[in-house]
Amino acid sequence: MMPENAQPDPTDEKVKRLGISLEDYLLPTHGRIQMISESGELLPVDEQGSTPGHEYPMPTTQELLDGYRQLVIGRRVNDQNYALVRQGRMAVYPSSHGQEASEVAAALCLEPRDWLFPTYRDTVAVIARGVDPMEVMTNFRGNWHQGYNPHENNTSVQSTPLTTQLLHAVGMAHAARLRGEEMVVLGMVGDGGTSEGDFHEALNFASVFKLPVIFFVQNNKYAISVPLSRQTAAPSLAHKAVGYGMAGELVDGNDLAALLAVLGRAVKLCREGRGPFLVEADTYRMQSHTNADDATRYREGEEVDEWTKRDPLTRMRTYLKHEGALTEELESEYTSDAETVAASLRDAMGQDAELNPLDLFDHVYTVQTPQLAEQRAQLAEELSRDAHTEHQG
Amino acid sequence: MSKDKSTLSFAAALNAALTDEMSSDDMVVVFGEDVGTLGGVFRITEGLSQQFGEDRCFDTPLAESGIAGTAIGMGLGGVRPVIEMQFDAFAYPAFQQIISHMAKMRNRTKGSAPLPITVRIPYGGGIGGVEHHCDSSESYYAHTPGLKVYTPASVEDAYLMLRAAIRLDDPVIFMEPKKLYWTKAEVSLEELRQEFDTRWAQVETQREHGEPYARAGVARPGEDVTLVSYGPSVVTCLAAAEAAAKEGHSVEVVDLRSINPLDEATITASVAKTGRAVVVAEPQGFTSVASEIVARIQQRCFHSLAAPVLRVTGFDIPYPPPMLEKYHLPNVDRILDAIDDLQWDDTPVDFATATGGH
Repeated sequence: MMPENAQPDPTDEKVKRLGISLEDYLLPTHGRIQMISESGELLPVDEQGSTPGHEYPMPTTQELLDGYRQLVIGRRVNDQNYALVRQGRMAVYPSSHGQEASEVAAALCLEPRDWLFPTYRDTVAVIARGVDPMEVMTNFRGNWHQGYNPHENNTSVQSTPLTTQLLHAVGMAHAARLRGEEMVVLGMVGDGGTSEGDFHEALNFASVFKLPVIFFVQNNKYAISVPLSRQTAAPSLAHKAVGYGMAGELVDGNDLAALLAVLGRAVKLCREGRGPFLVEADTYRMQSHTNADDATRYREGEEVDEWTKRDPLTRMRTYLKHEGALTEELESEYTSDAETVAASLRDAMGQDAELNPLDLFDHVYTVQTPQLAEQRAQLAEELSRDAHTEHQG
Repeated sequence: MSKDKSTLSFAAALNAALTDEMSSDDMVVVFGEDVGTLGGVFRITEGLSQQFGEDRCFDTPLAESGIAGTAIGMGLGGVRPVIEMQFDAFAYPAFQQIISHMAKMRNRTKGSAPLPITVRIPYGGGIGGVEHHCDSSESYYAHTPGLKVYTPASVEDAYLMLRAAIRLDDPVIFMEPKKLYWTKAEVSLEELRQEFDTRWAQVETQREHGEPYARAGVARPGEDVTLVSYGPSVVTCLAAAEAAAKEGHSVEVVDLRSINPLDEATITASVAKTGRAVVVAEPQGFTSVASEIVARIQQRCFHSLAAPVLRVTGFDIPYPPPMLEKYHLPNVDRILDAIDDLQWDDTPVDFATATGGH
């Protein structure tokens, strides 16, 4: 249960009325929050996993449709990039196939003024946040480390060093407070990342300074090959919030409706000054870590089959069609939108990358050092010699 | 304000620099361990939280990666953080954040996400400190592209260079020699402030970004031999120069001030003049800042050199216990010995043996 008050007073009337102790108040619910079943049916409120008095409101149909559209685009981007890597047209791509609901919800729960701090696997979230997909792919293509300006969409760089980005999220929230700006910051991390020291330092900092940060853990069960059982002995990753004096919640990470509801409430409470929060999304990495990995070496096919049945897209499509909200026209419109993005990715990756080797020297410092200027001149000389030789040859 | 000179300690000069930068820019924020109420274990941040409030100077949980990592987020968010690592060796938990993000963010984003962060690190030995309070860690940072590494050796530079470091848009590792904290000079703080303003105007017009504060300086002019040094070893070199003068050698002492960027022009001008050079630095010499400077002098000044370029550094050992550190640190006698070895009478010195060459 996401408490209404993150810093509960044991004498608070609400706590007394519900008969929940201070300890229980901080604990996640015993189950997971799920609103749409694996077969695509809306669950009765009392079966959604929430504690009485703290039920989550269902997102609006329009919110779900907008989210579903992003799921379709996200799935297409994942699968297109996977193919581009296999074809040798992209260097590497950590796919979030199967995790798209968590990816999309992380972006859609925020407003433009808020900030998102993603990891290398969170390309779909970054795109859902509004960043140009071609700019996002710069990193994975290998023509530069990072292709977008973080300040244009309040979306930080996709972090490769594990969990480091959570501290950046905390710092951003702290900066906003000092500047008198209202914003919520969402930091993304995986299950493996919760074992890193920076996870502890980030949650502790945020809680000590009562900052409006949501720590969003996508528990996809594997850190490359290492299973969740080697990351934690806790009943859930959401329980880790307790030690920091913050509230945690466990949510079905393949249920877009539940994700939007839980993250939506976390955002609302953060805006009211009642953050931070830890939200664990129970999901699954359907594909290998990257193309360089072979998941069949460490997990059984039956396990993957089980999770295929819980696919976030199929589930939301079934529900929205049953509700009569997702018409054939809308479905084909979304598919067409996704195809446009995929086609532009194929197109862009089919063209030669624009490379300027001298860029290597030009952004290291505000003003180039004499040593770098000398090395830049050396490379420029080598390049012009090569060009001359090619010309003659 | 009076222009009369008064006694100012190195520590007080740093405190004045922090105070002046916090006064001139509301976005300058100081944080770390014990920097608030206590004013820092070396009292460098004394009075700041009282004067500017706890939002501007505050204590954090004991988590150095957290301090550096949140500084990165704050830098992205438009704040100008000045963080304190309590001791050299206590900065290592922050290494990943500093090396993998702070140093690289500008380059990674092609300049769209600069990080104007100052990381203050008290460093070096000579204070009778324990094993993990005396490291000279500058080579780690100097080896990392994207970081600037400053280290003042005088009271005046402590003030001027810290203010410049805070104003720069690049991350600066600001290494403060612990053993100089209690040194004093007769200075007029008001004159120093005017000097800072004048030079900063230069920085802004010439787009030199702070180098006017961090250009190497000749701490003592001389004709026969150049001692190249920085931070805590500069005072040792000045003492050695004084002693050498009595033995008939006119010694020039170059104080680097900034390790990166490295002002090679000042070094080479001096060595081209004297023809002999000894590089003096506290840390273990193996793959160190001193090695780099020797390599550059040898390359740039080859035709001016009358002798190989020598080094006087700490031994390649873990930092010694307090009662043994005097055997490790460069001292006047060791520097004088090195000067004596610079082939004054054209008799070849067997450097293969002297360096333990195998």
